[in-house]
Amino acid sequence: MNTVLALAGVVIKEMYRRKDFYVLFVLTALLTLLTGSTTFFNDDKIVGYLKEICLLLIWVATLVIALTTSARQIPAERESRTIFPLLAKPVTRLQVVLGKFFGCWLVAGFTIVLFYIFFGVVTGAREHHWPWLQYVQAAWLHWMMLGVVIGMSLLGSLVFSAPSVNVTIMFIIVGGILTLGEHLHKVALRMTEPSQSILSALYFLIPHVEWAFKFRDLILFDQPLIPWSAVGVATVYWGAYTAALLLAAWLVFRRKTLTLG
Amino acid sequence: MRKYILLVILLLTTAFSLAPWLQVRLQRGNNSRDGDNVFKIFFGEGRRMFANQMVVQADVYMHSGLYPSIFDQAAAKKEYADEEGRGGGKVATESAGNAHEHDAEAHDDHDEDEHHDASFLGDPHDWIEAEGRHFMVTKHTHLAGGREREILPWLKLSAELDPQRIETYTVTAYWLADRLHETNQAVNFLRDGLRANPNSYEILFELGRLYAMFYHQPDRARNLWHLALRRWDEVEARQKEPDKNGKGRILVYLAELEFQAGNYAEAIHRFEEAKAYSPQPEALDDRIKEVRAKAGAAQGSLATPPH
Repeated sequence: MNTVLALAGVVIKEMYRRKDFYVLFVLTALLTLLTGSTTFFNDDKIVGYLKEICLLLIWVATLVIALTTSARQIPAERESRTIFPLLAKPVTRLQVVLGKFFGCWLVAGFTIVLFYIFFGVVTGAREHHWPWLQYVQAAWLHWMMLGVVIGMSLLGSLVFSAPSVNVTIMFIIVGGILTLGEHLHKVALRMTEPSQSILSALYFLIPHVEWAFKFRDLILFDQPLIPWSAVGVATVYWGAYTAALLLAAWLVFRRKTLTLG
Repeated sequence: MRKYILLVILLLTTAFSLAPWLQVRLQRGNNSRDGDNVFKIFFGEGRRMFANQMVVQADVYMHSGLYPSIFDQAAAKKEYADEEGRGGGKVATESAGNAHEHDAEAHDDHDEDEHHDASFLGDPHDWIEAEGRHFMVTKHTHLAGGREREILPWLKLSAELDPQRIETYTVTAYWLADRLHETNQAVNFLRDGLRANPNSYEILFELGRLYAMFYHQPDRARNLWHLALRRWDEVEARQKEPDKNGKGRILVYLAELEFQAGNYAEAIHRFEEAKAYSPQPEALDDRIKEVRAKAGAAQGSLATPPH
């Protein structure tokens, strides 16, 4: 466990040396404040559009951070050849995968906390209403969901030829699930066989990360808290997917030949 | 190699030199008021495609987030078609998509039938959908108590994206004036709309309505409605299928205005005229009878000297 945490620590240190997070945070803050400075029909009580845009920016920024951070971890180690002394420590390949995952996941968690605090401050200053527990639920679901995304990206980094390819494909997959995932079975119902079965299988196979994305509406429209049991079920569901993806990543990594050439 | 680099530099210099020259001429040639519109600069004419999406977003806000997706709409349409095919009655889902199309008048009905259309969700098909329902809005409510203002940014954006979309101005004016009591803002917005669409009889009618109802300036309202009728004749009368309801509405409002002002003969004349455009001319006949009765009584009271 210490080895895994040490590896995770390296990822976190690398993260605060890089500029990705700062740039995205400043960009999100700037765009949100710029949007917030706009008034419509001289009415300063309108806040929905600000929440909508800020939450969307937070989602985009966190997805970019999670995907780009995790996609480059193992390829960068291979490219700089630091993977060889790392594996010679001795550190097992499973520990490398887990260490990289936890590092990226903790970075994502830290990012989410900061972004949601910013969101709470900006919107609270406008509407004088702070539903903190709802923000906690949203941030938790967001973080759990990013676990799946990071797991997917780590697996992709071992399958695809370059981080850029991996990031592009992951963006398409995650974007597809977020926008279409929940509707696949509705579309399947109107199809004929075998398309119906294929689409239905896909619907049950994909991790439904869009639940966390849909949660934004509950914040936007001041809906009550959701049952914690539902949060628990989602946590277990995404946790299972993350574990399965990490297992798959480890299996691929175990069979991967690492050469100096 | 050096020759090609020089050629690239020459082309770049030409492009940079031409850009400001073209910019000035394009703006002059464009001659439109929204030449400095940021959306126009970035998206060009393509921005109009998103205008309707902004109106839909306003509607989503109005329904507090419970809104049928295109997939739900397609499912509802199919279900409706199946029911029709079987000779069945009205589908409970009430054609989810169509049920959400609004205009200014329709919004009044909305408050009365809250929760009327949440059924498009139906029962969950599987455990994934059932679990997913926890994370989304499932209760159909309408924004109320001043929170209707949340729809305004989307309508404003829609107008910015497509300044020729007249319905955006009239619907926004309805919400501003009738629901949020921001009549001045409504009038200003309608005037913006009129500048972008000088021939719009709908905007002129709406402006007249605000002057009559909220500012109690019948003369101004009358002038605007007369102008609206003129515009209707200039634009709609030439159409293959003119907006008869539009003209009928202007005439009825004008008739009511004349009635309020005591110009009964003019009111009757306008009501008679409106009959040709109204879907319910019988109702107008009843109204004409009432006006005639009122006119008779007024004449009687004038003829009878006071004791």
